[in-house]
Amino acid sequence: MSDRIITFMEALREAQASCLREDPSVYLMGLGVPGPTGIFGTTKGLVDEFGDERVRDMPSSEGGMTGVALGTAINGMRPVMVHMRVDFAVLSMETIVNQAAKWHYMYGGKMTAPMAFRMIIGRGWGQGPQHSQSLQAWFAHIPGLKVVMPSTPRDAKGMLIAAIEDDAPVVVVEHRWLYGIKGHVPEEHYSESLEGSRVMREGKDVTLAGLSYMTLECLRAAEMLETIGIDAEVLDLRSLTPIDGPGIARSVKKTGHFVVADTANSTFGAAAEASAIAVEYAFDSLKKAPARIGLPWTPTPTSPSLADKFYPRAIDIAREAARMLGGDVDRLEDTPMVTPWHDVPDPTYTGPY
Amino acid sequence: MSNGVSNSNVAAIADNDTRLSMYRCALRIRMVEQEIVDRYSEQEMRCPTHICIGQEGAPTGVSAHLKRDDAVFSAHRSHGHYLAKNADLKEMIAEIYGRETGCARGKGGSQHLIDLDAGFMGSAPILASTISVGVGYAWAAKQRGEDKIVVIYFGDGATEEGAFHEAMNFAGVFKLPVLFVCENNLYSVHSKMDIRQPEGRRVCDVGAAHGVAGSIGDGNNIDTVWEMAGKAIAEIRAGGGPQILEFMTYRWKEHCGPNEDLNLNYRSQEEFDAWVEKDPVAVYEECLRAEGVLSDEALTTYRTEIADEVSQAFDFAKNSPFPPTDQLFDFVYPAAKGAAK
Ligand SMILES: Cc1ncc(C[n+]2csc(CCOP(=O)(O)OP(=O)(O)O)c2C)c(N)n1
Ligand SMILES: [Mg+2]
Repeated sequence: MSDRIITFMEALREAQASCLREDPSVYLMGLGVPGPTGIFGTTKGLVDEFGDERVRDMPSSEGGMTGVALGTAINGMRPVMVHMRVDFAVLSMETIVNQAAKWHYMYGGKMTAPMAFRMIIGRGWGQGPQHSQSLQAWFAHIPGLKVVMPSTPRDAKGMLIAAIEDDAPVVVVEHRWLYGIKGHVPEEHYSESLEGSRVMREGKDVTLAGLSYMTLECLRAAEMLETIGIDAEVLDLRSLTPIDGPGIARSVKKTGHFVVADTANSTFGAAAEASAIAVEYAFDSLKKAPARIGLPWTPTPTSPSLADKFYPRAIDIAREAARMLGGDVDRLEDTPMVTPWHDVPDPTYTGPY
Repeated sequence: MSNGVSNSNVAAIADNDTRLSMYRCALRIRMVEQEIVDRYSEQEMRCPTHICIGQEGAPTGVSAHLKRDDAVFSAHRSHGHYLAKNADLKEMIAEIYGRETGCARGKGGSQHLIDLDAGFMGSAPILASTISVGVGYAWAAKQRGEDKIVVIYFGDGATEEGAFHEAMNFAGVFKLPVLFVCENNLYSVHSKMDIRQPEGRRVCDVGAAHGVAGSIGDGNNIDTVWEMAGKAIAEIRAGGGPQILEFMTYRWKEHCGPNEDLNLNYRSQEEFDAWVEKDPVAVYEECLRAEGVLSDEALTTYRTEIADEVSQAFDFAKNSPFPPTDQLFDFVYPAAKGAAK
């Protein structure tokens, strides 16, 4: 393992720099990509090394520009499109869903659309109804698209590189609250698989499966559960295409209990899919029905008092697991408040993971 | 300061009462925004907030021609558009503070202001999205025989979205009573026009191809805005069809938030200084004083009245309760017809 420790944000930047260096057909494009703040730091400075033809700004025309990017992709280039918020990528749904996802299939394999889409999700600070959605399930519902959600700096670099090098369109969903997390990241060019889950912590009583930022909340929940004698295993699901059935089955065969936490609405989401997969792959091992942790069925409210209750946190995951196992829910202790609201990243999460 | 002592080159000039009330309107927007800027670091306005200091001219001159019934739509940088339409200041501040008494009951924050009584129909930050919504509102108004026009505000960046062009096309087809107002502040976040739009093409020129008459003017000169908007609005009210006005202006603060941002080096100190010289509020003040329209007493009165109103609005917001948790689930769907709430 590499000794070097960098942040998730730096890992993303390295991944892009590395691909730009390795392959002259790769280019980055998106609103503000070469700008002074560089997409929350993830593209900062790249324009200085690679120039503004490969680290490109664009008009605010997400729909049309996705078609333009697809056009370059079918003519030898490898675009990486960056959306500061997934909510803006909604304007490019037509081209991603009807076109990019299908060009390989509907032309009988004669055409490929090697594209990577970086889409940033997040929470907190009153981002509200139109700046904080988690729409990964939309993309994962479309055959032809790959959707991944890294939760560690090592995966952030390795999976983004894999996404850029893959010949299919790949959507990389990045949670902004992960950007400050630190971890071991190799300096060299490497890729991590776009499929498969990873065991983040071994345990025997309950499987806590997380996506993206919620994986970190699962790890925190596992620590809480330990205080009441429950030994939780934590799985980082990593990829939505597909949700890792064998990985889930392996864990659930051991624990018999499955709790899954997603950043999105539970309804029709990745957590629902993961629960179905757990049932399909490990029905005989399950001692209780799987439980989904996700957002309630409302748009994101802006007021901190409402957002505070809107977002599930580690304690909610721990309580759900404790209830499932008949543990002493009341003895679970929430992390102490360090800010007036839970609308900034938990400062205890500085890694390394 | 500027040399714009008199606006004698503006063809039609408003009467003195109108000019004074426009000055007061611009000053009020400035003072409200400045108070938000001054207090943002208290960390109680916990939502993305786009400040319109430097851009007070366009909404001031446009709104002077609007009736309460006329409808206004806006986007992310909406405070000036909201205030110029005489929408409720207290509810705006309370909304930014995330309180139950806010104009959207804390659900929306700074980016989702609304005041239906004042004809401020909503604002939303997804670029260009409210442009087509505003056009639809105007279409319905026309079909329902309502005697009103619709003003839709947006920035230069929003005009790169398909929705802008599609909505203008439709408005042109049915000659809808819409005034499109583009506040061109030269930037979309940190990006200059040159990488986003063809060299030499003005935003207002896009209108002609869609049957939408267009013109461009100095958005920092309130008399100019008033004159251009007056002419356009009179023609639209008379059934002449949609128009687009492009007003050149400049944002003083960072794209989102209360701070200066010259340290980011995407725009130069010289450019910034030149636009600050053209401060729409200060230039108008100087002009009205030089013409003997604005007296020292009136100015003092405006300042005191507005300062009072602003401090009351902030007190109101800060003393208002946060929405209780159970309100999270309110308004996902409208109540079933006939059901008691
Ligand atoms: C569809 C969409 N893409 C991107 C954004 C992010 N964004 C918010 S404001 C903005 C700049 C818009 O510039 P302009 O329309 O000129 O308005 P200004 O901020 O200059 O007032 C951008 C890119 C967005 N809100 N919606
Ligand atoms: Mg602009």
